Amino acid sequence: MDSIKKIISRYKKDRTRLLDILKEAQAAEGKISDQAIEAVAAALQISRAEVEGVISFYHFFSDRPTGKYVIYLNNSVTSGMAGREKVARALEKEANCRFGQTSPDGLITLFETSCIGMNDQEPAAIINGVIFTSLNEEKVKKIAGQMRKNIDVQEMIEEYGDGANRHDLVRAMVKNHIRKEGPVIFGDYQTGLGLNQALKLAPEGVINEIKKANLMGRGGAGFPTGLKWELCRKEKSSEHYVVCNADEGEPGTFKDRVLLTERPEMVFEGMVIAGYAVGAKLGILYLRHEYTYLKRYLKYILENMRQNGFLGKKIAGQNFDFEIEIKSGAGAYVCGEESALIESAEGKRGDPRDRPPFPVQNGYLGSPTTVNNVETLATATQIFTHGSAWFRAMGTSVSAGTKLLSVSGDCDRPGIYEVEWGLTLKELLSLVGAEETLAVQVGGASGQCLSEAGFGRKLCYSDLATGGSVIIFNKTRDIFSIVRNFLDFFIEESCGWCTPCRAGNVLIKNKFEKIASGLGTASDLAEIEAWGKLIKATSRCGLGQTSPNPVLTTLTNFREIYEKKINKEADFRSEFDLARSVEQACQVTGRKFEEEREDA
Amino acid sequence: MSSKPVIATASLAGCFGCHMSFLDIDERLLELIELVEFDKSPIDDLKKFTRPVDIGLIEGGCCNAENVEVLRSFRKNCRILISLGECAVMGGLPAMRNTISLKDCLEEAYLNSPTVAPEDRVIPNDEDLPLLLDRVYPCHEVVKIDYFLPGCPPSADLIWEALTALVQNRPMKLDYQLIKYD
Amino acid sequence: MPEKLKFSIDGREGLADQGMTIYEAARVIGVYIPVLCHYEGLKPVGSCRICSILVNGRWLASCTQPLSEGMVIENNTPQVIEYRRAIIEMLLAEGNHFCPACEKSGNCELQALAYRYGIMVPRFPYQFPQRQIEAYPGFLLDHNRCVQCQRCVRAIQTEDGQKIFAMKNRSKDVRVNVDRKLAAKLSPDQIQKAMDICPVGAILKKEVGFLRPIGQRKYDRQPIGSEIEGKK
Ligand SMILES: Cc1cc2nc3c(=O)[nH]c(=O)nc-3n(C[C@H](O)[C@H](O)[C@H](O)COP(=O)(O)O)c2cc1C
Ligand code: SF4
Ligand code: SF4
Ligand code: SF4
Ligand code: FES
Ligand code: FES
Repeated sequence: MDSIKKIISRYKKDRTRLLDILKEAQAAEGKISDQAIEAVAAALQISRAEVEGVISFYHFFSDRPTGKYVIYLNNSVTSGMAGREKVARALEKEANCRFGQTSPDGLITLFETSCIGMNDQEPAAIINGVIFTSLNEEKVKKIAGQMRKNIDVQEMIEEYGDGANRHDLVRAMVKNHIRKEGPVIFGDYQTGLGLNQALKLAPEGVINEIKKANLMGRGGAGFPTGLKWELCRKEKSSEHYVVCNADEGEPGTFKDRVLLTERPEMVFEGMVIAGYAVGAKLGILYLRHEYTYLKRYLKYILENMRQNGFLGKKIAGQNFDFEIEIKSGAGAYVCGEESALIESAEGKRGDPRDRPPFPVQNGYLGSPTTVNNVETLATATQIFTHGSAWFRAMGTSVSAGTKLLSVSGDCDRPGIYEVEWGLTLKELLSLVGAEETLAVQVGGASGQCLSEAGFGRKLCYSDLATGGSVIIFNKTRDIFSIVRNFLDFFIEESCGWCTPCRAGNVLIKNKFEKIASGLGTASDLAEIEAWGKLIKATSRCGLGQTSPNPVLTTLTNFREIYEKKINKEADFRSEFDLARSVEQACQVTGRKFEEEREDA
Repeated sequence: MSSKPVIATASLAGCFGCHMSFLDIDERLLELIELVEFDKSPIDDLKKFTRPVDIGLIEGGCCNAENVEVLRSFRKNCRILISLGECAVMGGLPAMRNTISLKDCLEEAYLNSPTVAPEDRVIPNDEDLPLLLDRVYPCHEVVKIDYFLPGCPPSADLIWEALTALVQNRPMKLDYQLIKYD
Repeated sequence: MPEKLKFSIDGREGLADQGMTIYEAARVIGVYIPVLCHYEGLKPVGSCRICSILVNGRWLASCTQPLSEGMVIENNTPQVIEYRRAIIEMLLAEGNHFCPACEKSGNCELQALAYRYGIMVPRFPYQFPQRQIEAYPGFLLDHNRCVQCQRCVRAIQTEDGQKIFAMKNRSKDVRVNVDRKLAAKLSPDQIQKAMDICPVGAILKKEVGFLRPIGQRKYDRQPIGSEIEGKK
């Protein structure tokens, strides 16, 4: 076991590097072997049980052997709309195995995974770390053929995407699909200008400027960024940290991916500014595993910034040192939750923490930490490039500035839109070329499903607050399939720590299926609604607190669909089916079953 | 003719323990007889419903097709239906087989178990035997159940309190010591 | 002297030390807020959510939430009781709880909570999940009854802080994962401690059991929480 020892010592037996160590071990052996687990546990002085706990938490770890090519096909709702089912069947046929298995010849392993942030170019998959977009049956056939010839995955890409996706260090077929460039993120920008402005101020002045700009978090929760920095700064501690949340796991969002591809300096610059403001020397970019293909490029950008004096020692000639490290997850939506993210960055399971204490008090390695979304940090940079007054003049009185929207689903122009806050959904729909729209999912699976009655609503913090995921469904779509996809997503992604989310989401799903199958009654509707409220109220973190939204918001906005499914007269209907229940017995005994007709 | 409430009882996938507990109300049985009349029940050995029933008591869950038929006939004939005991309420000990496939259960019991004599190795397959269900179902998964009396068996006091409350049309008074799952 | 904080629970007023959780503060004034995952002396983890209470329309877990000045807490109101019952019922439906065949019956905190809240049957369909029973030297781990409270994870560790019990998997598949090597070194006392600390019948010491006859078990006569409500 020489290689595993080398890996461990390369990471200096650092517990916070456990995920990196495991990733390399897996890359070396095609799985995380028993011996590797043993060696890692011994070296880091943690129990085997704990290492196994970490491995089993993340999608992209496997302690079972995998094939030479490991395919992760994502199962987002937009992927389903773009023909995922056919692609999946084609993959199974080519590999001659089911999902979760490895082909008999050991060549290909098939896995499903949650949304990978490619909703505008579905169906998409990750094969040995390389992204494949817009798959169809033909492409699957072709790719499988190449695999049989042992061709390297990177060589299978026929055409690179646009912008930095073509960069030598990226070489991805991913497309940016930037459809509308706004004045902030895609406006005038020159690396270092904002930073220089910021460093002219005292840290308190920087915080003040952000407050004046009225910047609020772009990750979804909308917490005022200036206040967060202030709270973090005020905490007494020898260390403070800045974390950039690039976990982007909310189904339907991919704007952080595009930002990191096209404006990485702006993001990193924002981290430096945040570091200066809160008194941190280290920033961590927590990059979701699915975006690993950007890592080398991002490191190169960091090195460039270092060379140019925007990072490292004595930044911009001032007495301020700041470094940025990239850490990666290993596939878990819940790690986007800031305290879970911190746990994961410390090399543990991505279980959220109890709050209080909040990360600004007790974050990374127990020190005050500000966690900010990629877009929030990029926006902060531009506030210093152009001034808070300039920023404030855009958007609405409550919601200043612009927002990146990730638009996918049924429309002519899916992709990235930078719009001023205050746009109505109706205006957005016409901008993106959506027709015959039945529903719009705003804010991803955890957001709301709106019907036409809600299309007049405004995108802003005081009405439709959102991290930017917009999924459009036209009138040929089935609301129940959409809800089902989202419910499955939450069941898959719950960390399982607390009862309402762990147990409750399964119970809600079962009840939903009862209703969907036509066996529901009015009391089933009342129950699913009550259970949803219970889970929202009592769950421990934001995941559970939003997980019933797919049901609850469609119950509000598409009630008639549910009403049509239920039997209004019956006060009780059972899912029990006698004929089905005796099937096994008939098989074992070879007998036939004839149900006695119930006399009326 | 009769103005007294009518009671019926049945044992499905149970052990008759709940019926025994029912009889454990002891001398109060005499009082009960004053209050109610029995229809279909092992207690009076009536095999068929003879009239509309007010209160049906079900012991045991459903483990075979016959249980389901009996339970459904109770639902049809009883105004109020009660799940009596853990087995009726949640499947009880018979439901410990619910996490094992029926085939494996039968093979273990009749073919592979060390206590089966080699010449007896056969899965019972008589046409007269009711077909087994894939698992044991709590009664309320099959029909609507109005009241639940847990316990294995439920105490005589609980049964007494429930019946007298229903007969007297008052709410049940469920003291702490009445509710037990064992 | 640290300043005391004023608070009230269901109209009853009290004072408690700063730094206390809501659960602890309630205890001080003889008010029982039910807990399952919480255990005196262990760092609370807020996993069961049975201790949920309402403050100003906000739901909080009282075992993890620090008390703050002037809190007006709802504990025994119909809505709180309703949600609490539902969570207990979720746990009963989620695992395989065949109480009549369980050694912990009568001493089990989950069962006792269900008794206290008068639960006759869970509103949720029984899931009958497939779960394992694992044997270790000196004890058994019956996953059918585990409620993922993490008491064992927190309480039973090696001297240098290694986890003998850790959590594995996620979502509905979360399980306690025992480190076989470390578990083999547990002393009989430690095993006894693990069994005692487990609120349900998931950790069972081998070769003992059903020690106390029915009628004399912990919760046969007195509802769980009486010991707190007794000392007002
Ligand atoms: C389940 C869950 C997932 C989340 N995922 C993300 C994410 O991928 N990216 C993100 O920026 N914030 C995410 N958040 C919100 C973060 O917890 C946190 O609020 C945010 O990173 C703060 O940054 P901001 O104030 O700049 O928006 C998530 C929250 C929850 C509850
Ligand atoms: S709400 Fe869900 S994701 Fe959050 S802590 Fe509870 S189980 Fe984990
Ligand atoms: S652990 Fe408690 S609730 Fe579960 S079976 Fe045992 S006694 Fe019953
Ligand atoms: S084994 Fe017992 S103590 Fe450990 S998590 Fe399960 S229920 Fe809790
Ligand atoms: S027979 Fe009465 S509880 Fe099982
Ligand atoms: S006791 Fe508070 S969450 Fe379990």
